[in-house]
Amino acid sequence: MEYLVTIGLEVHAQIRTQSKMFCGCSAEVANAAPNTHVCPTCMGLPGALPYINRRAVELAALTGLALNCRIEHNNVISRKNYFYPDLPSSYQRSQFDDPLCVAGWVEIAGEDGTRRIGLTRVHIEEDTGKLNHQADGSSLVDFNRAGVPLMEIVSEPDLTSPDEARRYFQKLQQLLRWIGVNTGNMEEGALRCDANVSVRPVGQKEYGAKVEIKNMNSFRAVERALTYEIQRQKAALDAGETIRQSTRGWDEARSVTVEQRLKEGSEDYRYFPEPDIPPLRLSDEWIAARQAELPELPAARSARFIAAYGLSATDAEVLTADRADSEYFEQAVAAAQAQGVGARDVAIWVTGELFRLTKETGESLGDIHDRFKPAYVGEVIALLANGTITRTSAKEVFEASFRDGSAPAQVVHARGLAVIGGGDALAGLAREAIANNPKSVADYKSGKVVAIKFLVGQVMKASKGQANPQAAQAALEEELGRV
Amino acid sequence: MAELYELTITEARRRLDAGDITSVQLTEAVLERIAAVDSQVRAYLAISDDLAMRQARAADARRRAGNATGPLDGIPLAIKDVINVQGLTTTCGSKIIENFVPPYDSTAVARLKDAGAVLLGKTNCDEFAMGSSTERSAFFVTHNPWDLERVPGGSSGGSAAAVAAGAALGALGTDTGGSIRQPASLCGVTGLKPTYGRVSRYGLVAFGSSLDQIGPFAWTAQDCALILGAIAGADPHDSTAAPQPVPDYVAGLNGDVRGLRVGVPKEYFVEGLEAGVEAAVRDALELLRANGAEIVDVSLPHTKYALPVYYIIAPAEASANLARYDGVRYGVKQAGDSYWDELERTRGSGFGAEVRRRIMLGTYALSAGYYDAYYKRAQQVRTLIRRDFEQAFAQVDILAAPTSPTVAFKIGEKTDDPLAMYLEDVCTLPINLAGMPGLVVPCGFSAGLPVGLQLIGRPFDEGTLLRAGDAYQRLTDWHTRRPALTAST
Repeated sequence: MEYLVTIGLEVHAQIRTQSKMFCGCSAEVANAAPNTHVCPTCMGLPGALPYINRRAVELAALTGLALNCRIEHNNVISRKNYFYPDLPSSYQRSQFDDPLCVAGWVEIAGEDGTRRIGLTRVHIEEDTGKLNHQADGSSLVDFNRAGVPLMEIVSEPDLTSPDEARRYFQKLQQLLRWIGVNTGNMEEGALRCDANVSVRPVGQKEYGAKVEIKNMNSFRAVERALTYEIQRQKAALDAGETIRQSTRGWDEARSVTVEQRLKEGSEDYRYFPEPDIPPLRLSDEWIAARQAELPELPAARSARFIAAYGLSATDAEVLTADRADSEYFEQAVAAAQAQGVGARDVAIWVTGELFRLTKETGESLGDIHDRFKPAYVGEVIALLANGTITRTSAKEVFEASFRDGSAPAQVVHARGLAVIGGGDALAGLAREAIANNPKSVADYKSGKVVAIKFLVGQVMKASKGQANPQAAQAALEEELGRV
Repeated sequence: MAELYELTITEARRRLDAGDITSVQLTEAVLERIAAVDSQVRAYLAISDDLAMRQARAADARRRAGNATGPLDGIPLAIKDVINVQGLTTTCGSKIIENFVPPYDSTAVARLKDAGAVLLGKTNCDEFAMGSSTERSAFFVTHNPWDLERVPGGSSGGSAAAVAAGAALGALGTDTGGSIRQPASLCGVTGLKPTYGRVSRYGLVAFGSSLDQIGPFAWTAQDCALILGAIAGADPHDSTAAPQPVPDYVAGLNGDVRGLRVGVPKEYFVEGLEAGVEAAVRDALELLRANGAEIVDVSLPHTKYALPVYYIIAPAEASANLARYDGVRYGVKQAGDSYWDELERTRGSGFGAEVRRRIMLGTYALSAGYYDAYYKRAQQVRTLIRRDFEQAFAQVDILAAPTSPTVAFKIGEKTDDPLAMYLEDVCTLPINLAGMPGLVVPCGFSAGLPVGLQLIGRPFDEGTLLRAGDAYQRLTDWHTRRPALTAST
């Protein structure tokens, strides 16, 4: 039977703030010793109260704007009640009826053009602590992560394939990193994803039973888990079985999804408005200030690169995948243009030589920015363009400068890579070649003009390729005239 | 001449400032009084005599050096055991956290310390402040100093009884539905529930977060003004603590009620209101009228819904607030086969019957399918109740009403009848729902037991309440009566 696939993603992203969502504890908890970033509030001690981290709200709203959402003026924090040892108050502060951001979308590129994926909402909440399971079967609780600011980004069920789901998630990661609200680090759990997936026979109007998949820790895992689960559901339906609404976990090692629990109706979290935090009323001015804080986004920047610099769509896409890359590129362009070099040459060098080198060293352009300054890219290209160095030397200079941060001109000087374009040095080499090759000189003098090519070759050889062939020939002609 | 432990805070401070007495003498006198009478009254769960004496000596040293920090410097006070004092156990009257020692001070206590107060100990209360008699303490019952066979009211019964027994010059209590005002009335002392948001709740163990307020007990409105002035004001640790400036409450006590418009809500003269209580309240109103106040009949038509609304909202909030007692991080944990087994055993045995009842009520009211009919509806009616007050305050400056329909009742009389117990707070609950301040001043006796007059004010207008209460106390001597409590031998 033919089936339609429906996928929606719920992405949890930690918000990059200095302190936690509802207390002053440091939110930089990735490598901290257990239970060192805690206080009465994030430990849920009797009597402790929350106070909201305004910056976290601002960054979540910034995210909403980057995802084309509407920012709601009235915001309510709610308590989501459930018992679990990693949840200090036995309720999670989250949002329910009145999320911060609603009705957005992101565009992802596909084989058949651009697809717009709808976003239901982006809301703010606090992260839970972490259970560390011990060999003896007991578990230790680390509350460092409890209270770290989170956003939950919920898509519409608009995704139709595992590949599309992965590309959507990657797009989100790109955007969150771009605007600086999230590290995008999935290993550390800064970015996490759950998927809801259902299949139904073509022609059936109502959706199939929704299965939630958890524990997917990479883009690859998202794609593989969904692929597996869709096949599983199709096979079950083909066999006449019924799919039940349930939660399944992705088992990476075995490459299967495993049923964790059945959902008998929806879970009852008994949400109600958090009485300890008055509703947040966000003014138009406040929202406008967030809008003003929003940087140029990848799509706009890519379009501008094409229009302003004449880049190909592919180069523009590659150069705007990462914000630091795109900024590095623009700074390199500025330096190059000041020396009469065009942006397209810069794009060629950055996407070619520079990305080859950073791939090798595992660095990003943001990492190398202070060492191999963007201006150096422009300088190398200018040195090549004005004939100071050859293409071969340009690559050498580029790489040397990349490695140790020396200015390109310095590398050229230190390594004697400047093209020998005339003057005494070239004249000396020409005289040397004439002195060492009397036969060729005689041939030339007797009218075999092509014999000079051999002499040019000797000059080039002696200059270790640094001489400009035309200049070498001119110097030879001049010296031969004197013989 | 009065014993030192019988002094008002104002008088004690005058004598301290004059050098007639020291804080050490005063504190010792109160600690001796506690030793003499508290085996009968049982107001205290724990007495912090070491801390108190240390603070008293420090206060005396400051005063000798001319650095007295304020009106409470060297004054011995008691703290209800739902309010955190760093290093002293906070039990909340419950077995489930009977071993919890808070690592931090509540804001109110931190401010009392800053004001130089001497902390005598932690007072008994109904478990997690849920009750109207202090009989629901998991540890023991507190007795009313006016009649040891009767309850002191609750839930802040220990604080009220401590002041009435001369076992503290003043005390902090908390009031979620009447828990300061009703015991103040039943123990013949003055008690103030401030406006919601007037005093930070940081460090107050939460019961009903949208209702809870910390407030003072003392003999007089003037003393309550001193304590309120010390503890009120915005707090970065409590988002619901209001930024309104804190006036000098004592400076506003001019003894004048002329022209004060006092509304009398007819709905508060309820069925079941004891004749002796009503008579004392009416006499008080008449005295205010005779001294220039204007007495106006008003109506608060939604009053009858306050009790059901309260018993949805408060338990709903409590059901979440008390969910943190899972035995994982603190408190008493019962061993079991798994996390879930331990959770059930810990909570099943750690909470008392009344607390369990309210957790179940609240859980039910918030459940999917019932939320709209109960919690949401209750919040809507709460808005109507608040509007009643706003409309009344368009006509009058304050409201005056009975505090409790009854005087102190016999220990055990209502423990088997939760509804009868809930009705104790029928005149106080609406004020919490509306967030208004309420002051109770002693206004007479019925059958030999104290009766309190409840004055209700506009939000953040504790000043007018205290002025009216102080003026009334300049005209009367009810607040100077002391129970005939004799030291046990």
